[in-house]
Parts: sequence; structure tokens; C-alpha cells
Amino acid sequence: MEIGVVVFPGSNCDRDVRWAAEGCLGIKTKFLWHETRDLSGLKAIVLPGGFSYGDYLRCGAIARFSPVLESVVEFVDRGGKVLGICNGFQILTELGLLPGALTRNKDLHFICQDVALNVTSSRTDWLSGYESDLSINLPIAHGEGRFQCNPETLRQLEDEDCIALRYLTNPNGSINDIAGITNKKGNVFGLMPHPERACDPLLGGIDGRSIIQSLIY
Amino acid sequence: MSFFQASIEVSLRSSVLDPAGEAARSAAQSLGVEGITKLRIGKSIQLEIEAPTEAEARRRVEFLSDRLLSNPVIEDWSLELKNSSLPKAP
Repeated sequence: MEIGVVVFPGSNCDRDVRWAAEGCLGIKTKFLWHETRDLSGLKAIVLPGGFSYGDYLRCGAIARFSPVLESVVEFVDRGGKVLGICNGFQILTELGLLPGALTRNKDLHFICQDVALNVTSSRTDWLSGYESDLSINLPIAHGEGRFQCNPETLRQLEDEDCIALRYLTNPNGSINDIAGITNKKGNVFGLMPHPERACDPLLGGIDGRSIIQSLIY
Repeated sequence: MSFFQASIEVSLRSSVLDPAGEAARSAAQSLGVEGITKLRIGKSIQLEIEAPTEAEARRRVEFLSDRLLSNPVIEDWSLELKNSSLPKAP
């Protein structure tokens, strides 16, 4: 079973994802240049962190129009699993595969640190490896991670059990401490923290392994 | 065909915190400028467009503003469109 990692001009966590998946967990991984439309044979797709297309206009605003994402939307419609990490999460909201938007951190700082997170829903495969209400530690590294949505969307996210991860101490002003959400169907997961940076014990923690492993469940 | 100039202002919705605006407002106070009760920072986009009619030019720029220039989840936009006799040199 093989997963695909999309490489946009400006992605910078694509190789980290490959190391986490292939190097640490033995999951065969293929890079997908943003101009490809061929996702055949892939079990899951990862949109990695970075600054796709320089994040011009808004984070993820230009990436949304890349050819590979047309195929990713069809892939999701067919039930394929897509994980968006950091910039990948921003792209998923711009694409409309996940609701809401991510904007400037409340205090304007680019925050690069480990954060404690609460697993608020283990409804989907992505987090079924954790017990509900478990606290995990993952690194964040973003300047625009403040999740925003209108009250109706927030209610819907809560009613449909789509809020997957919350910050224990909110670092960026995200509404209701939201760090990661899934779609209703559960095959799309977007989060600001970087699970791929918490898969190798040498880096200080392996709390991200279960999320990367779930790509092939 | 006619030529038009469009100016699009994109701003964060009033319900969304604008931390950059707040930081600039705080700097204005440090500069000694008093009385500023609100400061919001947005984007200004200028473009030129060729279209058969003003209505068609407006339709295209409105579509662009909705679909690319702004994110309606967190941003509002406004448009000013005016006739331009000749396309400006790049």
C-alpha cells in the first residue's frame, strides 16, 4: 500500500512526511508534483506543510487551483483519505473540503513550539489509535493558524463530532481551541500541528505516529 | 471592446479579530496620535480588464473577487469599476 505526498512549489514538510511514513513506519511513499493528475494506486494523500506558491494572496489560495487538487477532490468523493497538515489544512479549507478558514495568529507571532492537545473525537480512523480525551504532544509551527468559522458552522462541527483535536492552552486564538477537524464522512482530516515531526524518537516524541499510521488503515 | 479599471478592497469581516490592525492602532498611540478608536488593515487590488460591456466587466470582477481575491468565510470585499479609454502600458 502506497501513499502520495503532494509537492507544491514552496512545500517544505514533504520530506518530513516521507521520513515519518516511510523511514519510521515503513509506509511506501510517493511524491506527487502539483501538476500531476494521476493518483492511481494510492491509498491516501497528504498535503504537507510549507508555503505553497509563497502563500501569496492568502495561505493556500493559489494552491487550491493546482491540477493535482482537482484529482484530490475526486479522490475524496470516492472515499479516499486525505490528510492536510498546517499549510495542507489551510489548502483544504480554501478548497472547501473542510469548513472554516485559518488566519493570522492572535498575537501575530510565528509560533514554533510543542503544544499539548486533547483528542476530542476518536470517531474517525485518524484518531482511533488514541483514547478519547487523551492528551498528546505535537509541535506547531505557523503564523496563520487561528481557526475561524461562523457560529452555525461551529455548531455543525460540534453536532457532527468533527472537532478532532483541541489545544489545551490556546496558542493562536483559534475559535473554541480548535487545532484539527475532520469532515462528516471522516475521510478528510486537517490539523495545524505536525504529526510527522513526532514520529521519530530522536526528535523527542512519537505522539504523531498513530495519525501517520492511520493513512493506511 | 471597452477597457475598465477596477479597484477591489478586501478586508477581514468585522466579526473577525484583526491583530495586525490592533498592533498598528497601538503603534499610533505610541506615536502620540490620539483618538483612533478603530483601525483595520485590508488589501487593495487594482486591475484592468477588457470586456464588451461594463455589466460584463463587473460580472467577471465580482466572480474573481468572490472566488479568488477574497475568502468569504473571513473576508468582505468592495469594488469600484470605471471606464478607461485606453489600456495602460504595463
